Amino acid sequence: MKILNTTLHRRTVLKGGAAALATIAAPAIVRGAEPAPVKVGILQPVTGALAQDGGYGRLGAEFAIADINEAGGIKALDGAKLEMVFGDARSTPEAGTQEVERMQEEGVVAIVGGFASPICLAASQAAARYDLPYIVDVGVSDQIISRGLANTFRFAPGFALCTTAAINNLIKINEAAGNPAKTVALVHEDGLFGSGLAKLMADELPKHGFEILEMLSVPTPSRDLSNVTLRLRSLNPDLVIPSTYYGETVLLARTMQQQRVRPKGVYAVLNGAASNRRFVAEFPEAAENIMDCNHWHDPRNEKAIALQERVEAAGSPYNYNTPLNYSCVGLLADAIERAGKADRGAVIEALAGSTYADHLMPYGQTRFENGQNMGAAPVSTQVQSGDIKVIFPEEFANAKPNFPSNG
Amino acid sequence: MYPPVIIIEAMLNGLLTGAIYALVALGLTLVYGVLHIINFAHGATLAAAMFAVWGLNAAFGVDPYLAIPILTPVFFVIGYAVQRFVIGPAAHGDDGNILLITLGLSILIENALLASFGSDTRSVSTDISFSVVEVGPFLLSTARLVGFAGSAVVALLFWLLMSRTDTGKAIRAVAREKLGARLVGINVGHVYAVTFGLGCAALAIAASFLMPTFYVNPRVGGAFVSIAFTVVVLGGMGSVPGAMIGGLIIGMVESLSGLYLGESLGQIGIFIIFILVLLLRPTGLFGAKA
Repeated sequence: MKILNTTLHRRTVLKGGAAALATIAAPAIVRGAEPAPVKVGILQPVTGALAQDGGYGRLGAEFAIADINEAGGIKALDGAKLEMVFGDARSTPEAGTQEVERMQEEGVVAIVGGFASPICLAASQAAARYDLPYIVDVGVSDQIISRGLANTFRFAPGFALCTTAAINNLIKINEAAGNPAKTVALVHEDGLFGSGLAKLMADELPKHGFEILEMLSVPTPSRDLSNVTLRLRSLNPDLVIPSTYYGETVLLARTMQQQRVRPKGVYAVLNGAASNRRFVAEFPEAAENIMDCNHWHDPRNEKAIALQERVEAAGSPYNYNTPLNYSCVGLLADAIERAGKADRGAVIEALAGSTYADHLMPYGQTRFENGQNMGAAPVSTQVQSGDIKVIFPEEFANAKPNFPSNG
Repeated sequence: MYPPVIIIEAMLNGLLTGAIYALVALGLTLVYGVLHIINFAHGATLAAAMFAVWGLNAAFGVDPYLAIPILTPVFFVIGYAVQRFVIGPAAHGDDGNILLITLGLSILIENALLASFGSDTRSVSTDISFSVVEVGPFLLSTARLVGFAGSAVVALLFWLLMSRTDTGKAIRAVAREKLGARLVGINVGHVYAVTFGLGCAALAIAASFLMPTFYVNPRVGGAFVSIAFTVVVLGGMGSVPGAMIGGLIIGMVESLSGLYLGESLGQIGIFIIFILVLLLRPTGLFGAKA
């Protein structure tokens, strides 16, 4: 054997031993040849402004790759292991594009991730030039899937799916409670995300019997939300719908608690804080009963619960990015398995016809339509007793809505 | 449009917020009055001070208000040292260089904060954060009332320092006539550094009053400094009482225009004042002496 001809270092022997074991474990035909690993690009912003989210996403991808390899790798490729090629998108689209070029040179079979819409838009376009499959993890902008790029797939729900579900869920939660909420105040950040969302709500909600009392726009960053809270106190709406980023949501919730503004419900949509475990941990009282319609894992899925335990044991908070990226890598591995070869074109074809259902998200079976997974949907969550619970739809819920929240 | 209760409460909120703006502007105007430069690192220093308050609370459970006696001297020494050993020597006697050095420092500080704390938004929760004082129909945040009282005390102490002590006289002398001050034996380099130190110390106090109700991330300083510049221009460049009065006025204008025009458009009130002052009274309210 080869190892006998070289100097016997302890590590060499160990490596040899491991290889020998793997050989014995492998099917008879492939004995003696370790299949070449399949390189998978994982793109996340782990430095810069989006580092927190990028870190959660990378963690999910790492866990998924480790689990797939432990379970025997890609069986159709004789147990080939997945090998992660990580790229730091540094929170900018330019850096994301550079990393795609590097991954292309390293010969990845597909790329997963991106997190922010601008990064996903640029990176998937760069990947399209090499017919390189790109699975978007979060990026909610619907522009991502409306460019006709055959290589781009989004596993999670986009803006249109999220807002439709948010409005439907709200109507149903309100109906189930006997329609206690009739008046609404919208508090939104003044950028594209917040004002777009608020406008959509203002157009849609009146069709379902809600009266919009006021649309309050706030800048990011806001130094003070006392006046917004004052206006809420004078308007006394049944529902407050905030679409703001983390800092402003925390500030608003704290000021509302302080100023004793207690609407029947606070219902956020794709909010930066309302389903963030750090907010809940730091300000349990201000966060209590806040609802959010957002990406979340399926709390009844045993694999998702097991992953949560492992992530928390590793000392990281468990936010949605982790199970979502875990599932995206699973989706890709399933496609490679069905393609039967680590070939980009074949993987794109396999992804397009995917019916992947073994994921951790509350989505049901995967079904891509122009690159968008039509099975994907957000869920409505609520902070209850310091924990984030899914309250709607019922098939994924692990708690009943506490609505109206303040008698 | 709004009941008087709401309008009065908005004005009171504006005054309470304005006191903090005044405190942030105090250091800026002082440094301008004496060194005749705009300190571009002011916002980054504020963010650093806020992180220091947060860090003391997170690591040792120090209450933000108890951080004042710890951080004020620390930031004074840092400010003194930075002016004495970095900005002063690097400027080579040209004030234009100081401007560029403070700009460089702001980039350095912000990125150091980014590297050490990440871009996360962090906040401190204390018992006082959520408590309110009921004055008739008004609910006033206790933390902001404390901030208001604290700012008034700091302004008074500054005024006493400037008018009653030898250090204050030396600072005023250097502000008026640098060469003359040097001729009568005042150590100008030392006075510059003391002034810079005082500006940083005021920021440490402002940070301690802000943290119970606000949050911090590495870029948070910019939000306050843009306001502080307006306060300084309104009050008069280099005028300490101007900074105090200007801060209160700006706080109130921001609050009322926010109430009537919305928080986003309401910011326009502040900048209209900025432009009007520059057009009609470029010296500001109290700026004639400086």
